[in-house]
Amino acid sequence: MLTIATGNKAVAAAVKAAKPGVVAAYPITPQTEIVEQIAEYVTDGDLESQYIPVESEHSAMAACIGASAGGVRTFTATSSHGLLYMHEMVHWAAGARLPIVMANVNRALGPGWNTWAEHSDAFSQRDTGWLQVFVGTVQEAYDATLMAFKIAEDERVLLPVMVNLDGFALSHIMQALETVDLGDFLPPYHLPHAIDTENPCVYGPMTGPADYFRFRWDIERSMRDARGVIAEVEREFAERFGRSYGPTEDYRCEDADVVVIAMGTLGKEAEVAVDRLRDEGIKAGSMRLRWFRPFPDLDLAGREVVVIDRDYSFGFGGVVAHSIRSKTGVVPYSVIAGLGGQEVTYNDIADFVRNRHPGTETWFGVSDHV
Amino acid sequence: MPGTECLRYVLKAAGPDSVLVVPACCTSVIQGIYPGTAMNVPVYNIAFAAAAACASGMSNAFCALGKETNVIVYAGDGGTVDIGIQALSGAFERGTNFLYICYDNEAYGNTGMQRSGSTPLGARTTTTPGGKPTGKKDLDRIVEAHNPPYMATACSAYPLDLYKKVKKALSIEGPKFIHILAPCPPGWRYPTEKTVEMGKLAVKTGTWILYEREYGKLTISGPSKAAMKRPAPLSDYINGQGRFKNLSPEVMDEMRQQVERNIQRLSREEAGVC
Amino acid sequence: MYEIRIHSRGGQGGVTAAKLLALAAFRDGKYATACPFYGAERRGAPVVSFVRIDDEPIKIYSQIHEPDLVIVLDTSIMDVVDVLQGLKSGGTVLLNSAHPLPGCNGTCRHVDLTGIALAENLVVAGSPILNTPVLGALAKMGVVTFPSAEKAIREMFADERNVKAAKAAYEELKA
Repeated sequence: MLTIATGNKAVAAAVKAAKPGVVAAYPITPQTEIVEQIAEYVTDGDLESQYIPVESEHSAMAACIGASAGGVRTFTATSSHGLLYMHEMVHWAAGARLPIVMANVNRALGPGWNTWAEHSDAFSQRDTGWLQVFVGTVQEAYDATLMAFKIAEDERVLLPVMVNLDGFALSHIMQALETVDLGDFLPPYHLPHAIDTENPCVYGPMTGPADYFRFRWDIERSMRDARGVIAEVEREFAERFGRSYGPTEDYRCEDADVVVIAMGTLGKEAEVAVDRLRDEGIKAGSMRLRWFRPFPDLDLAGREVVVIDRDYSFGFGGVVAHSIRSKTGVVPYSVIAGLGGQEVTYNDIADFVRNRHPGTETWFGVSDHV
Repeated sequence: MPGTECLRYVLKAAGPDSVLVVPACCTSVIQGIYPGTAMNVPVYNIAFAAAAACASGMSNAFCALGKETNVIVYAGDGGTVDIGIQALSGAFERGTNFLYICYDNEAYGNTGMQRSGSTPLGARTTTTPGGKPTGKKDLDRIVEAHNPPYMATACSAYPLDLYKKVKKALSIEGPKFIHILAPCPPGWRYPTEKTVEMGKLAVKTGTWILYEREYGKLTISGPSKAAMKRPAPLSDYINGQGRFKNLSPEVMDEMRQQVERNIQRLSREEAGVC
Repeated sequence: MYEIRIHSRGGQGGVTAAKLLALAAFRDGKYATACPFYGAERRGAPVVSFVRIDDEPIKIYSQIHEPDLVIVLDTSIMDVVDVLQGLKSGGTVLLNSAHPLPGCNGTCRHVDLTGIALAENLVVAGSPILNTPVLGALAKMGVVTFPSAEKAIREMFADERNVKAAKAAYEELKA
C-alpha cells in the first residue's frame, strides 16, 4: 500500500508486519514516535505482541534478551543517551547470540543537550558484535527493518541488528512509503538455543579463557558469514518486492574520478551535489555507505575520495574516513560535518568536492585543512 | 554456603518447569564452569543490574508462547538492594508475573565482603573497616510499597518455612518477592558449623522476622511468633560474629532499639493496631 | 521542484500544515516531503516547516534557503523573524491576515484563516485551527488540487468542519 509517513512511522509499520512476540522499549527524543506507534498498534489489536514499557534503556535491552532467549522475536528502539545507557546489555545481547532488532534514531550526545542527528551514538557501539545498517530514506527505514529480522535470525548469523536512521532529518520527515504484504518472507522465529525446560542448559556461566576465546571467534566468524547472508536477503527482498539494496548505494560512480562517501541522509543529499558537479564537468559520484558492521569490501582503486563523517573519534579522526583508509588503502579527504544536526546542504557537499585536499581533515565551517 | 542450600529448597518447591535468572552473585559461581553445570533447570545468567528486567522479558515471552513456566530471579543483596533496585522496582510496578528471591548475606560476598546497602549498622566489611556507620536498607518496605500480591521473608535456618513460601508464591499470579536471610561464615566471621545456629539466632533475637504478606495482609510466621513475644538477648547473635567485634556501647544500643522498633511495628500491624 | 517554507508559532499547527500539504501533493501523484525544523519544542515559539514538491524523487534533507512560497500563519512573527529571507525573485507570500501587507507587491496574497476557523468553530485548546483552512488557500493558488487537499484532510481528520473551512479559504482567497 502506498502512503506517506515519517521515518519513525515506517519503522513501526515494519515492526507491525514482522509481528514480534515482545517489544520492550523506553521513550527518548527523537525515537519516541516509534514506541508510541507500536503501543498504539498493540492497544488497538493491530499487533498481537507483549509491549513492555520498561523503566530504562538498560532494562529495555535486558528484557529483550530475556524475551529473545525465551523464544520469541524481539524488538526495541532507542537513541543517543538511551543507547549509551544500555551499552552493557548491547554487548550481552550479541555475546548471547540473540537476534534482537533495534532501531536507533541517530542523535548527538550531551552535554549540551542536543536532539539532532549525529552518528556518534551508533559508532560508540561498533565493537559490540551488532550488525549495523544506516538508512537514507523513509522507504529504506521500512525495508531495512524488515530485512534486519531475517538477517539476524538466520542461523549462520544469530547476531542482533541495529537499524540506524538520522534523528529528525529522517525520523520526522514525511516521504512516500510503500508497505508490503510480507507473505512468508520472514519465517517463524526459531532460536536453536532458546530456553527449554525439557532440555535444561546453563546460559552464560563462568567460562574459562579457552572457551571464552572460542566464543569470541564464533562471533567474528558469524559476522563474516553475515556478508553473504545480507546479500542473499537483499536479493530475495528485491525479487519479492522490487526494491534492491547493497552494502553501498552507488550513484554515478561508474566513471567517477572523485567519489563522495557519506552515511544516512547526507549520503542522499550527496547525490544532488553529484548532479551539480557533473553539470560543471566534474566527474563525481556518490557512494552511500549502508552497512557499517560488517564493514563492506569497497573498490575505490584509482579514485579520489571525499569522506563526510557525522561523528568523530577524539584524538584520532573521523571514524568512516579512517575505516575507508584502513580497509582500502585510499587516503581520503576527510570532512567532519553535520555534528549535532549542523546544516549541511548539497551546495556544501559540492564545495567539499571542489575544494578537496586528500590526506587532510576539515571541520566544516570551523577549521581549515589540518 | 546458605545461599546454595536455600536454592535446593527453592528448586524443590518450584519443580522442573522453572527457569532461574541469575545476576552476578555467589550463584554465578556455584553453577560450575562451562561446559559443566550443577543445575537441573535452565539458568540464565545476566548482568548485575539486569535480573528483574531480563526476567520481565522472559516472563512476557512465555506468556506470548502460552507457557506456564516459572520465572525465578535468584539474586544476592547487592544485585537487589543496590545496583538492581531500579529494574526490580520497574518489574514490580509493571505487574510482571515472576518470583524474585533475594538471598541476603548482608554484603558483596562474591567479591570478598564489601559493604552493600543491606549491610547492618556496625558491621565491618572490607570497605567499612571501622564498622558501617548507617543501618540496613529496609528492602522489604520498599517492595511492600509496590503492593505485590505476595511477599515473604525467610531464613536459611528454616528450610521448611522457605519451601512452603516458595510453593505459595508460585501459586499466585503477578510479581512475588521472597527475602531470605542467608548467614555467610567467611563474611560474618563465625565457624561454618554454626551457620544454622546463626540463622536461628537472627530469628530468635528478633533481628530477622519471618512473615508473609498476601495482598498487603501481614501474617507472622511460626518461628518468629514466639521470638517476638520474648526475644533472646541481641548479644547472643552479635557476639558470635567477628564482623561485629568491638562494637561501641552506643552502636549496640542503637541496634537494640532498631530491633525493638521493628518488633513493635510488625506486632502492632498484625494485631490491627495502628 | 517547488519549495515552501511555513512560519508559525509552536502549537499553531504549522507542522501539521506541512504534513497535510505534502500528503495532498502526494495524492496529486507528485513526490513530496514535509520536514519540520525542530528546535526546543515550546508552545508559542516561532517554528518553521518545509515542504518540497517535485515530479522526481526528492533527495534533499537540508532546510529550504530559497523558497518559492512562504506561508505565514501568524503575522506577529514578522516582528522577530525575517520571513522573506531568501524568497526567490518572483516568489509568493501567503499571509494569514484579513488585510494585505502594506507595501507588499503583487506576489503577496492574504486570507483570514483565523476568522474562517473561528466561523467554523474550529478551535482546539483555545487556539483556532489554521492547518486545514490553509490547504484550501493553497489549492486556490494551484500548489495542490482541491480534491487532493480534501482527500488529505479527510485522511488525517474525521471532523468535516475541516473540509468546510478549507472550502471557505479556497473561496475567500482573492485571485
